[in-house]
Amino acid sequence: MATKAASPNVADVTAGHKTSPRTIALMIIGLALILVAPFLIYPVFVMKVLCFALFAAAFNLLLGYVGLLSFGHAAFFGGAAYITAYAIKAWGYPPELAILLGTAFAALMGLVFGYVAIKRQGIYFAMITMALAQMFFFFCLQAPFTGGEDGIQGVPRGKLFGFIDLSNSLNMYYFVAAVFVIGFLFIWRVVHSPFGSILKAIRENEQRAISLGYRVSRYKLGAFVISASLAGLAGSVKAIVFQLASLTDVGFQMSGEVVLMTLLGGIGTLMGPVVGAVLVVSLENYLATSSLPVPVVIGSIFVVCVLLFRRGIVGEFNAWMDRKRG
Amino acid sequence: MAGNVTIRARIRRVAMAAAAVTVLVAHGAQAQEKPGAAPGKIAAPGKISDGVVRIGVLNDQSGVYADFGGKGSVAAARLAIADFGGKVLGAPVELIDADHQNKADIAAGIARRWYDADKVDAIVELTSSSAALAVQQLTREKKRINIVTGAATSELTGKQCSPYGFHWAFDTHAMAKAVGGALVEQGGKDWFFLTADYAFGHSLEEQTAKFVKSKGGNVVGQVRHPLNAPDFSSFLLQAQNSGAKVIGLANAGMDTANAIKQAAEFGIVQGGQRLASLLVTLSEVHGLGLPAANGLVLSEGFYWDLDDKARAFGQRYQKVTGRMPNMIQAGTYSAVLQYLKAIEAAGTDDADAVATKLRAMPVEDAFSRNGKVLANGRMIHDMYLFEVKKPSESKQAFDYYKLLATIPGNQAFMTVEESGCPLAN
Repeated sequence: MATKAASPNVADVTAGHKTSPRTIALMIIGLALILVAPFLIYPVFVMKVLCFALFAAAFNLLLGYVGLLSFGHAAFFGGAAYITAYAIKAWGYPPELAILLGTAFAALMGLVFGYVAIKRQGIYFAMITMALAQMFFFFCLQAPFTGGEDGIQGVPRGKLFGFIDLSNSLNMYYFVAAVFVIGFLFIWRVVHSPFGSILKAIRENEQRAISLGYRVSRYKLGAFVISASLAGLAGSVKAIVFQLASLTDVGFQMSGEVVLMTLLGGIGTLMGPVVGAVLVVSLENYLATSSLPVPVVIGSIFVVCVLLFRRGIVGEFNAWMDRKRG
Repeated sequence: MAGNVTIRARIRRVAMAAAAVTVLVAHGAQAQEKPGAAPGKIAAPGKISDGVVRIGVLNDQSGVYADFGGKGSVAAARLAIADFGGKVLGAPVELIDADHQNKADIAAGIARRWYDADKVDAIVELTSSSAALAVQQLTREKKRINIVTGAATSELTGKQCSPYGFHWAFDTHAMAKAVGGALVEQGGKDWFFLTADYAFGHSLEEQTAKFVKSKGGNVVGQVRHPLNAPDFSSFLLQAQNSGAKVIGLANAGMDTANAIKQAAEFGIVQGGQRLASLLVTLSEVHGLGLPAANGLVLSEGFYWDLDDKARAFGQRYQKVTGRMPNMIQAGTYSAVLQYLKAIEAAGTDDADAVATKLRAMPVEDAFSRNGKVLANGRMIHDMYLFEVKKPSESKQAFDYYKLLATIPGNQAFMTVEESGCPLAN
C-alpha cells in the first residue's frame, strides 16, 4: 500500500482521511441545507446547482485524486443528456430507465475515451480528451437524432417508477437531491477505499506505484470510467430537469466550465467542486445585472483565486483549520 | 515536510496548466441574467393579473448575437411601451430583460423563474432556435404568451407550434423564398451554394434551392464547410470558378461574416458574381462596413429608410441607442406594441383571450406593412430584397440598402397547411 497517502501531510489535500467529527457535522449540515433549500430558494435553480455540483465532483475524482486533467468531460455530460432525452421522447422510456441508459452510454464512452487517452500524460492527455470530445461535438451537431442546433426539446418529465409525478417541481427536486447525495456518497466511498488510496498513490508518484506492483493503467482507466459515468448521471438528470438536451452541454465551453468550478472550489477536496459549482452557477444567475459583464467578473475572480489562494476556497479553508489546530 | 512541498508544487502545476486553458475557454461560457423586478403588489385594476403587465426580453446580450438583437431589442421594447403610454387598462407595464448566452438551458431556467416567481406575462425576442423552442414549450405549459422575433426556425410555427406562441419578423422559409425566388427574377439564374455543414445550413440550402428551381433557375454546385471555419479561400475559389451568377451563403453568424470579408478580398463581386446571404441584417452589414459588404444581396422584413413611418421610428431608436434598428429590433417593437394592443382589445391579460385577439387583429405599425397573424401563430408581412450600396452611393450614416424587390407577406411565408402545424385543424 502506498505509505505516502496515509501520511498526515496529505491531510490538507485529501480533506480528512479519517472521518472526523467535523466532517460528519459538515455533512449533516449539508444534507439539512439540501432538504430545506427548495423552500428558501427557487427550486429549479437549486436543481441546476446540484447537477453541476455532481458533474464537478465527478470531474474532481479524476483531476484531484488521480491527477488527470480531462478537457473532454462535456462529452459524457452532454452525451448522456442526449441519450436520456431521446430515450424518453422518442422511445417513451420511463425516467429511471432513461437515466440508466444515459449513464451507461457515458460509461461506455468513458471506456473508449479513457482507453485512448491514458496512454499519455499531462498536457497530451488533456489534448487527447479535448480532441475526442470535439469529435463527439461535431457528431452531435450533424447527427439527425440530436436535432442539430435546435436540440431535443420538450422532453416530458414523466413518472418516476410509474407513480412519482416528476412534473411536480418538489418531487423533481427531491429526486435530483437524492441522485446528488447518492452520487456524492459514492465518490466519497471511492476516495476513501483501498482503490482510492491507490489512485492517490498514482497521483503522488506513478513510478513508485508501478514498482510496488500495481497495474497503473487499469486503475486510471477504472477511475476514468467512474468519473465519466457520474458526469453522465449528472447530464441525464439535467436533461430531465430542463426538459431539453442541447449542443451547449457537449460544447468545449462546458468542459472548461467544470474545470473552472473545480479550481475555484478546490482541487482534491470533496466539498470543493460543490462549492465551486454553487459559486459559478450563482454568479451566472444572480450577480450579473445589465451593466456588469459576467465573463469579466468570473474571469477576475478566477485570476484572484489562482494568484492568492491556489488551493481553492475549500482547500484554503481546510489548510486554515489545520493551522489553527496547530 | 518534503511530501507537503511536492504536493503543493504539483497542485500548483496542475492549477496553472488548467488555468491557462480555462481562461481561454471560459470567457465564452459565462451567462448573465438580471434578477426580475420584485413582484409589486398593486391593487388590481380591471382584469390584469397581479395589477401589472410584465414583459420579459430574453436574448443573447454578450455573445455572437449581441448586435443581432441584444440590448437593442430591449431598447425597442421600451420604446413600444412608452408609445403605448406605459399603462394598459390602467395597469402599469413593466419590462425586464436577461441574457441567455445562447444556451437553451439558461433560457429555460430564466423563463421558468420569470413565469413562476416573477409573474411575467409574456416573453419576447428569444434569439437562437434552441432557446426559442425551449421557452415556447414552457410557455405553452404555463399558459402565458411568447413572441419570437430573434430565432429563424420555421419549426416554431410548424410541428412544434403552440396556441400561445407567436413568430414575428422572419423565418428560414421567408428568407429562402425572398432571396432564392426574387433574386432569380432579377436575373440571377445560376446558383452555387456555400453551406455550413450541419442541419441548419442544409435546410437553408435545400429550401433556397427549391425556390431557385421553381423560378426557372438552376443550381450548378455546392460546397459544404465546417461550422466556424476560419478560412474560406478554397471554398470561395470553387465558387468563383463555377461560373455561377449567384453565390448563396447558407450559413450564419461568424461564418457569414468571414465568408463575406474573404469574398471581398477575392474580388468576387467586382468579378461580376453576386453574393447572396440568407441570414444577414443591418447590424452585421454595419459591422462589416460597406467596403467589404457592398454588392451583397440579402432579405429583411424592415429597413429604416423604407418610408416615413419607418424613418420616424428609426430616428427615435437611433436617439436612444446610437444605431438604426434591424428587423429583429424593429420586430420586437412591433411585437410588444401588438401584445399591449391585444390586451386592451381583450379587456384582460388572460393568455387565452390575448392569443385569440393577437390572431384576429391586423398588424400595422412602424415595422409591419400588411401584417396579420395566421392560425399557427406566424405573423406574415411584406418582406424585402435589398442590395448593399457601394461606399460612394451611401449619403449618410446607416444609408446602406437599395431596395430590389418587395415580396408580399402571403407569398413570402408558408401557409398554415404547408407549415404542418397541428393547431390548424
